[in-house]
Amino acid sequence: MSLALRGVGYRYPGVAVPALLDVDLHLGSGEVVGVTGASESGKTTLCLVVSGLAPRVVGGRIRGTITLDGESVDDWPMHRLAGRVGIGFQDPTSQLSQVAVTVFEEVAFGPMNLGVARDAIVERTWEALGTLRIEGLAERDPRRLSGGQQQLVAMAGLLAMRPAHLVLDEPTAQLDPAGTRLVAEAVERLAEGGASILITEQKTDLLASVADRVVVLRDGRFALDGPTDEVLADPRLIELGVREPAPLRLRRLAATAGVDPALLQPAADA
Amino acid sequence: MAGRERLTRASHSGLPEWLGRPGPSAYHRLNPLTKATLATVTAVAAVALGGLVGPALLVIGAVLIPAVAAGVLGRLLRLSLLLALPIAISAFLVNLFFFPGGRTELLRIGPIVATAEGLGFALEILARILAISGAVTLFYLTTRPSDLVLDLERRGVSPRIGFVANASVQAVPAMVERAVQITAAQRARGLDTEGSPLRRARGILPIVGPVILGSIAEVEERTMALEARAFGRPGRRTLLWAPHDTAAEGVVRWLLLAGLLVLVVARLAGVGP
Ligand SMILES: Nc1ncnc2c1ncn2[C@@H]1O[C@H](COP(=O)(O)OP(=O)(O)OP(=O)(O)O)[C@@H](O)[C@H]1O
Ligand SMILES: [Mg+2]
Repeated sequence: MSLALRGVGYRYPGVAVPALLDVDLHLGSGEVVGVTGASESGKTTLCLVVSGLAPRVVGGRIRGTITLDGESVDDWPMHRLAGRVGIGFQDPTSQLSQVAVTVFEEVAFGPMNLGVARDAIVERTWEALGTLRIEGLAERDPRRLSGGQQQLVAMAGLLAMRPAHLVLDEPTAQLDPAGTRLVAEAVERLAEGGASILITEQKTDLLASVADRVVVLRDGRFALDGPTDEVLADPRLIELGVREPAPLRLRRLAATAGVDPALLQPAADA
Repeated sequence: MAGRERLTRASHSGLPEWLGRPGPSAYHRLNPLTKATLATVTAVAAVALGGLVGPALLVIGAVLIPAVAAGVLGRLLRLSLLLALPIAISAFLVNLFFFPGGRTELLRIGPIVATAEGLGFALEILARILAISGAVTLFYLTTRPSDLVLDLERRGVSPRIGFVANASVQAVPAMVERAVQITAAQRARGLDTEGSPLRRARGILPIVGPVILGSIAEVEERTMALEARAFGRPGRRTLLWAPHDTAAEGVVRWLLLAGLLVLVVARLAGVGP
């Protein structure tokens, strides 16, 4: 199970400047790739391209090749891709179907659209709710949940479609610390379960804890790409408009202030 | 603890019995299409029927009695009056005072005269408006829109149609909420939304802009989210459940529609008041 981009570039409709350029990306089974970068650097665009929404739904022009398990997806319609690559967005409310009056039906929405048999839908729905530990919300009205809970419901809705790959665009951007923690735990659990995940975040602390690899975008290109520890400790991070994780920042500030970083060790790593 | 854990686990499998939970009253539990038919027939019949007695009987028979049966009379009165009041008052006053054929003077205020003929016509209009708003409100209070969408989908109507209608209905409160939020935010930044009408008018622009742009952006994101969940797939979706329906209700729906047809034809042929 792998998803690969080779030499991919993308322009939005009516825009001359490409929003994504020369992207090479490989997402293997069980792998978590973190994507970060300044505002407008192309994180959302990358998510749309990887999920196939750009250009299928958004329009625009794409070049390069995208393959799923070695097969080109160029001619695939969106609903076919949707069963293989799931995508979640920042705003929890706009991801709800708006027709489901219970969380159960909300999560079942994707498999229902895919035409999966009823018994299988029921099984998948309970399983997705269980994976995110929100079985207790099954009977609730999804429109009346907190943002963090809604984000988990949206993720469960993706999982119920059983995609091999998950794309999450700043899933915690609009959440408070409690909601962020719920989502972070869910991402870890999904990765342990073998899903491959592409997750964009400006919160590098989150990436530090969940990602195997991190890519930093600048103006639609990969400026940095490597193992999480190396990329998040890279001195160029700041000029790329990315905040390093809190423990690293603390250590750097201590060093510039002339404090022995060793003194901080226990606190910073706690 | 362990026992409780096992209990909850056990209930977390199989089709939940609370899906499409039946409504609290027999009227709620009617098939959504039956309630929609009743509302439509009532509204159209109120317009087609002339006079005062016909629409008044409709209000009693097709709105008030079912509302009592469904236990929603209080809310129905409040909501349907709120809904109808602005139109009802203006239509009533215009007809009372400016009815063209009015001769019998009832009341004179300066140059304008209220006539008995005007009063009669105004009451007729009022009865029709109340029948329409009552029928619509009764449907709204006793039916979840999503149930109607599901029911229509089961009958072969494209889910997209019901979906768009349902989503538009749902979008209104969200837009109002956004407007309230933006107003509060702009006010916190020193925007004037109070004071003279001119200042208020100027204050509205920074609110309307973000509300509209925000809605467009949200629609785009919603569309993407739906497509990403395979909503665009051709062919039938799997439905988990569908609202209860009976052959008898089907007969009632056809009878209602046939009755309406007879009434409209008769009125067009000039029968009745
Ligand atoms: N629908 C669109 N049409 C045209 N240009 C767009 C569109 N969406 C984004 N862009 C442009 O593409 C570039 C990348 O934007 P993108 O939204 O991918 O950035 P981002 O890294 O997700 O930013 P943020 O952190 O603000 O979410 C920006 O220059 C942006 O203006
Ligand atoms: Mg973005």
